[in-house]
Amino acid sequence: MINRETVLHISNLAKIEIREDEIEKFINEFRKIIDFFNQLDEIEFNADVEPTYHVLPLKNVMREDEPKKSLDREEILKNARHRENGYFKGPKVVE
Amino acid sequence: MISVSEWKKRLEDEGAYESISKLMETVEKNRYNSFITITKDLALKRAELYDKGKINGKLAGIPVVIKDNISTRGIRTTCASKMLENYIPPFDAHVVERLKKEGAIIIGKANMDEFAMGTTTETSYFGVVKNPHDTSRVAGGSSGGSASSIAGEETVLSLGSDTGGSIRCPASFTGIYGLKPTYGLVSRYGLIAYANSLEQIGPMASNVDDIALLLEVIAGKDMRDSTNSGLSFKFTFKREKFRIGVIKEMTANDKIMDVFQSKIEEIKDFAEIHEISLPSLKYALPAYYIIAMSEASSNLARYDGVRYGYSLEKLDSWSKYFSKVRAEAFGEEVKRRIMMGSYALSAGYYGRYYLKALKVRTLIINEFKKALNNFDLLISPTMPDIAFKIGEIQDPITMYRADVNTVPVNLAGLPALSMPIGKVNSLPAGMQIIGNYFDESKILSFAKMVELLEGEKE
Repeated sequence: MINRETVLHISNLAKIEIREDEIEKFINEFRKIIDFFNQLDEIEFNADVEPTYHVLPLKNVMREDEPKKSLDREEILKNARHRENGYFKGPKVVE
Repeated sequence: MISVSEWKKRLEDEGAYESISKLMETVEKNRYNSFITITKDLALKRAELYDKGKINGKLAGIPVVIKDNISTRGIRTTCASKMLENYIPPFDAHVVERLKKEGAIIIGKANMDEFAMGTTTETSYFGVVKNPHDTSRVAGGSSGGSASSIAGEETVLSLGSDTGGSIRCPASFTGIYGLKPTYGLVSRYGLIAYANSLEQIGPMASNVDDIALLLEVIAGKDMRDSTNSGLSFKFTFKREKFRIGVIKEMTANDKIMDVFQSKIEEIKDFAEIHEISLPSLKYALPAYYIIAMSEASSNLARYDGVRYGYSLEKLDSWSKYFSKVRAEAFGEEVKRRIMMGSYALSAGYYGRYYLKALKVRTLIINEFKKALNNFDLLISPTMPDIAFKIGEIQDPITMYRADVNTVPVNLAGLPALSMPIGKVNSLPAGMQIIGNYFDESKILSFAKMVELLEGEKE
């Protein structure tokens, strides 16, 4: 059942902050979407039905481990706002 | 609309610089909001090179529009999101490398639903794409700008991507051709991921031959996509007495069904037609959305506001920073899908939703395989409706239901084309043609015969 607590839990799992005034809207929408998902409850699968993760019969595709020129460091860093000494700079991980 | 052969005449008559200049005048008006970024200077430079004889290849001098979730080196690639508003890729997608090698002239990046999540482009951060047939209506989504730019004569060819119908829906709504290739035929390297077990880049154009030409260029081996089949594509037109299955479960409103039925009557001249039933399709829509949202929640975890994309001035603690960046820069539909996907994959629900959806996928694949053992191709109306009015659909579930005829193909990884078959209240309706794995030539041969039928009538 979707309620205030589940919405906050999901917001934390997904790492998307939600505002107090958005909670009610998400409760309603999530309930409808879960009802829509629950249509699958009526299916009874035979025991031999395997899940399909992937449609092509490909397994562990490997390439030769040959050195190649990598992307230019400066060009990659261009898209980052916070950087230091040629590195990306991120937020503190340990609080 | 402008076909490749018509454009080649223009190239002969007035050269590339003149032709592209004229085209760019139309493009810059951006009448239908087809474009997020217009690359006029680059296009004119390429045109100059063409006129000097320095550009060769299968697409030499031909203008192409690229959906804005396909990476273009040095050209902003936004995914129609505030998150990537200023992102400039340091590399080209594999398909873009191939286009350049064959001499194509890239004229701009096409508008779309944010991160390709939508059916109308109304989720775009850059505003909705308008339908050239009626500008009060949507052009469909998510590859809306790729479709409107062809229907509105702003380009000759375009690339879209199709996760659950994102090429076929706008093709149907704007009266053009759009093909979702077999999963693994076209490299996804450089396609910004939404749901990677479902999506493919594909060609959009004004006729069958141009679809075939563009597919020949973009299909083929690429070691940087580990799901790439390594196969290439060459179109060979083959007339035959096709055995066609009409899928009972894929329907549309009465007016579209009338258009579809009368097309079937015409097709009977060269094909044997039977109705068939794929009962598991009943569950395709919820299964599709569970899988797509689950994959989205994982794929879009990369947007952390650190390496690229939207960022905040001050670096806070990791969890707060991460959550705030995403709250501020993702639109509503993207948030909904990431959150519902996180829920479907979370402890206690994995078996109930995700795993079950993957089993439904197996049932659907088995039914398609059986059907394609008996028939050359399967057909249906592409969309259950004609193009919606802008703002007509507000409820997410109602919007999802519009994808009912297109998502099964992505679940199975099969190829499918949408082609125009007529009009309802002066708006285009489309037919979906589904083929067996890597059987794109058969789909296009059949489509060409339907296309020729149209020519005979005129």
